[in-house]
Amino acid sequence: MSAVADAPILSVDHVGVRFGGLVAISDLHFDVREGEILSLIGPNGAGKTTAFNVVTGFLKPTQGEVRFRGANLAGLSPNRINRLGLARTFQRTSVFPNDTVTDNVLIGLHREDAGASLLDAIFNLPRERAGEVARREKARGLIDWVGLSSRANERAGSLSYGEQRLVGVALALATEPTMLLLDEPVSGMNASETQNFMRLIRSVRDRGVTILLVEHDMPMVMAVSDRIVALNHGKLIADGTPDQIRADPAVIEAYLGKSAAAREAGREAAHA
Amino acid sequence: MTRYLPPIVLVLLALAPLWLKDPYLLNALITGGIFTIGAISLNLLLGYTGQLSLGHIAFFGIGAYASALTTLGFDVGLFGDIRIVHAGWHPFAGLLVAILVSGACGYVVGRLSFRVRGAYFVIVTICFAEVVRLVALNWIELTQGPLALTSIPQMKIGFPGLGEMTLRTKAQNYYLMLAVATLAYVVVARLVGSRFGRAMRGLKENEQLAMSVGVNATRTLTVAAAISAAIAGAAGSLYAHYFRIIDPDVFLFAYTVTMVIMVVSGGKGALAGPVIGGLIFGTLPVALRPYMAPEAQWIVYGAVLIAILFVMPRGIAPYLDDWFAGRAAARSSAPVAKPQLEGQS
Ligand SMILES: Nc1ncnc2c1ncn2[C@@H]1O[C@H](COP(=O)(O)OP(=O)(O)OP(=O)(O)O)[C@@H](O)[C@H]1O
Ligand SMILES: [Mg+2]
Repeated sequence: MSAVADAPILSVDHVGVRFGGLVAISDLHFDVREGEILSLIGPNGAGKTTAFNVVTGFLKPTQGEVRFRGANLAGLSPNRINRLGLARTFQRTSVFPNDTVTDNVLIGLHREDAGASLLDAIFNLPRERAGEVARREKARGLIDWVGLSSRANERAGSLSYGEQRLVGVALALATEPTMLLLDEPVSGMNASETQNFMRLIRSVRDRGVTILLVEHDMPMVMAVSDRIVALNHGKLIADGTPDQIRADPAVIEAYLGKSAAAREAGREAAHA
Repeated sequence: MTRYLPPIVLVLLALAPLWLKDPYLLNALITGGIFTIGAISLNLLLGYTGQLSLGHIAFFGIGAYASALTTLGFDVGLFGDIRIVHAGWHPFAGLLVAILVSGACGYVVGRLSFRVRGAYFVIVTICFAEVVRLVALNWIELTQGPLALTSIPQMKIGFPGLGEMTLRTKAQNYYLMLAVATLAYVVVARLVGSRFGRAMRGLKENEQLAMSVGVNATRTLTVAAAISAAIAGAAGSLYAHYFRIIDPDVFLFAYTVTMVIMVVSGGKGALAGPVIGGLIFGTLPVALRPYMAPEAQWIVYGAVLIAILFVMPRGIAPYLDDWFAGRAAARSSAPVAKPQLEGQS
């Protein structure tokens, strides 16, 4: 794969999350290196989305901490964390359904040119109009990048699931993140849409954005990831390259159950 | 087509005093217009952020008192021997003070309640209005309490090169009201169309998603509350200098209800909404007066409101928008798609 630096951009440091009696995550510990595509996998309810919510400030961990580019994220609100350069998409809706695709992306660009004030808007000063032109230009570029130019003026809610996911990505990218968290971005996409999405992820990474991906589509995960971290019942069960994860007995057991894991082990033994 | 509607309506409204000579009718238009300004300010909060201020009249009333007291002057004792003495200022300074004081109150109320929002904001605003009313009622040395502040000077406006004009006639006050209403409309329109407005809309549609792209929810809503309150304060100031007498009854809950009705019937979240609602519910009392007692009028208001919302659940302006777009039928079932419009979330 392309050049992967070794410095961790994100460190999830012994994080635990409890909802009342339910332990959603316990002692989760992993690093994401700058420039890599890291996938977080695990069966339903494993705690992947919960981990995203902790990292992006929507949930306070019961233990542990998260550091992003050296800064401890404890106690920061989601919008502050976004400003540090961390963006995400959501598993369910990642768009503002009643706005057009362009307006969606413009919401993501609302902080651009933060020096301008509200008064500029009220008096409609030249500075404000120039800023608006620049934002629209930028929005067009982003929409182009994710391949939705033909949909730019349609209501986001009227697009197909797959297209909505792309809007979500454009919206997140509008905030100019250095790291992007994607929660099941290809669910609801067909095979060719998924192929396109993989290309998009790679092009995003090639522009210097580190990616943390949660996804159930295993062929896609295996193809696109530099490294994979596997979770089950809130615990880390494996951490390695796609090949290592594919062969990991704990991962196989988590996905297929104990008997299948034993069978798999037997087959491996027979082959050896 | 709809682009040209606001200027056309403005011109028609500006011509009204030319053919409308009946002072009673003009008075009704001025009063209705002043409350329409309040409704325009309420729409910024209710329509664009989804936050319901059920004490919105507090900002209006504070503006009225601030403007009146700034203009009349006062002499009140605080604790011990400390007294605050203020000699009266120019009424126009009163208007500016009203805008600032009401805006500041909106900021504080927003700051206190927007961390939790939804129902909490509704309750805080109701309580705030009641507390302010009690202060106005009981701080007699400052406000004259139930005896009312009287002889409030008429508004004076200076025109560069033309000197100063005291607004004595109904027509003059009508134009002042229309000018302030137009300004309020333009300010709200510009805000809503700016990226600040986009942030507000984002918060209303999907708060978590908005926060995840960097929208500071508390700050955005607080600023919206401050601007909304400032505009309501300007309306209150007009009220004080037009009627020239105010008492604690300006804080009555019924006035908030009137503004909410104007916004909801006209269409919240539409720029034209409060204007249309204001025109209907501002002129309805006049239209009905020859035919029925004031008590019976309230029943008619209720019936008209229900009828409007029954036919046009999102209010008149969005309905007309759809109609102009030629797809009224396709859209009339659309609003169901977003259940949690305001509050909560
Ligand atoms: N807000 C919450 N309150 C209570 N329990 C929760 C909450 N959020 C998640 N959980 C529970 O925590 C566990 C982990 O959920 P999470 O959504 O993180 O799983 P996931 O790995 O994202 O699953 P999926 O692949 O289905 O999206 C589940 O048992 C879930 O029911
Ligand atoms: Mg999930």
